[in-house]
Amino acid sequence: MVRMGRLAHGGTVLVTAAAGVARALRVPRRRRPATGPDPRPARWQVVTVDRPPEQVLPQGRWPEPLRRLDGAVELYLRPAPGGRGTELAARQLAGRAALPGMAAHLVGDDPGRLIRETLRQAKQYVETGEVLRADRSRLDRPAVPG
Amino acid sequence: MRALCWEGAGELAVRQVPDPELRNAGDMIVRVRRSATCGADLPLLSGRTPFLTAGDVLGHEFLGEVVEVGPDVRGHRPGDRVVVCAAVACGACWYCRQGLYASCDNGSAAADRAEAAWGQPTGGCFGHPAALGGFAGSHAEYARVPYADTGAFRVPEPLSDDRAVFASDAAPSGWMGAELGGVRPGDVVAVWGAGAVGQLTAQAARLRGADRVIVIDRHPERLDMAERHAGAETLHFEHTDVPAELRERSGGRGPDVCVEAVGADAEPGRSLADRFGVGRAERPIAVREAVHACRKGGTVVVLGTFAGFVDTFPLGAVMQKGLTLHGARQHGQRYIPRLLNMMARDQLATEHLATHRLPLEQGPGGYALFRDRADGCVRTVFAP
Repeated sequence: MVRMGRLAHGGTVLVTAAAGVARALRVPRRRRPATGPDPRPARWQVVTVDRPPEQVLPQGRWPEPLRRLDGAVELYLRPAPGGRGTELAARQLAGRAALPGMAAHLVGDDPGRLIRETLRQAKQYVETGEVLRADRSRLDRPAVPG
Repeated sequence: MRALCWEGAGELAVRQVPDPELRNAGDMIVRVRRSATCGADLPLLSGRTPFLTAGDVLGHEFLGEVVEVGPDVRGHRPGDRVVVCAAVACGACWYCRQGLYASCDNGSAAADRAEAAWGQPTGGCFGHPAALGGFAGSHAEYARVPYADTGAFRVPEPLSDDRAVFASDAAPSGWMGAELGGVRPGDVVAVWGAGAVGQLTAQAARLRGADRVIVIDRHPERLDMAERHAGAETLHFEHTDVPAELRERSGGRGPDVCVEAVGADAEPGRSLADRFGVGRAERPIAVREAVHACRKGGTVVVLGTFAGFVDTFPLGAVMQKGLTLHGARQHGQRYIPRLLNMMARDQLATEHLATHRLPLEQGPGGYALFRDRADGCVRTVFAP
């Protein structure tokens, strides 16, 4: 369960999923070397959700679109500065070579793209209650002659 | 239903397409009563904008009657006559809360494409490529309206369709141009472009108390309209030295506010952008002239549609003169209620801009008139 009290004081909370329920951990502060390649296993993908942390992960539960990445990514969230809600970040879990199932098929060797897209959908779900869908193309839906 | 479809570069046709459907709980379906052509359609029509595919329905400035609402729609019901903002925005994100609806985080179903093109996702727009949402256009019998409670506004009676339809896009664009420019009493305002947006910018500048409003174009009938309906002075740029004339009419200072309402030229030339493989660069001729003409410390507002790169932008003048440069797609949800109110009280007239009213079946011809500025065309408005 996410300890929201810590969030209220501007701290960072790391959450990993277990059957859709999150656990909270402190994220150790990482110091990047002055030169050389980025040693991190994967870059964090981040979106800012215009809602307080307790609405982003209510009772520690991941928002619907993120659940499909359950077990493949780690999350952190923290209050965004300037009253702009919550910064929600995700990255592939270290040591995981690929995203599961269909996700891996969709993104090939660029898991960051899927994570970013999923974060956007999660943000949209929290802010608007659903994920916006484009119109279907006419190829998908032939017109009825008339 | 019948709809006006893009069929390839410069090619339009009226086709039978699937009826729109409710795709989200906040959607509604509108039977289109008026749908206007817009200069932003011309780069799409010419095939210069990537991602448009054959069969896409054009049109984004429209008014209609509600025929179906999704379960989450609270503010509208079947039978309502509504004008729909061309910009698709959720009304719930941080940008919408700031009134920056065209920058909405949730207004596009293909945010990754906008992010790739511009660095950040933007709000959507009807009848545009997927980077702006993936929503079919309004040159059709029916249109789906996402986020209906945020983007659709009931039209007060007895305001006419022909006037109210411009509250969808051209009027908020013009109003925003004057607002972004910070136009205030005593200002000299120059507006490049006497199309619908330029004329409505001039009207807005007048209503905000500008001392002089000068509109620049090369089409005499449009300049006549700007004089008659916006109370503007006019310059024909092929017949006069525009920068010199503007200096003279502004006491040698240059206009306080310069608004570009032209957009990219129709045939961009080869450029550095070609060499770098990022597509054709547009020539922002009016923007360059606006930057050059503007007084020191003044404001330049870019309302014309630019989707990519431009060549030889006079950044030195921006820096050396301390100019403020604004650009935006219109945040219509912020302005439409006020504009409808002004229209209803005859403070803002727009119907003269609909120079040609045609049935949808004449869509290709209507666009040809609009594109070529033939027969004095300012806007073709379709009545599907």
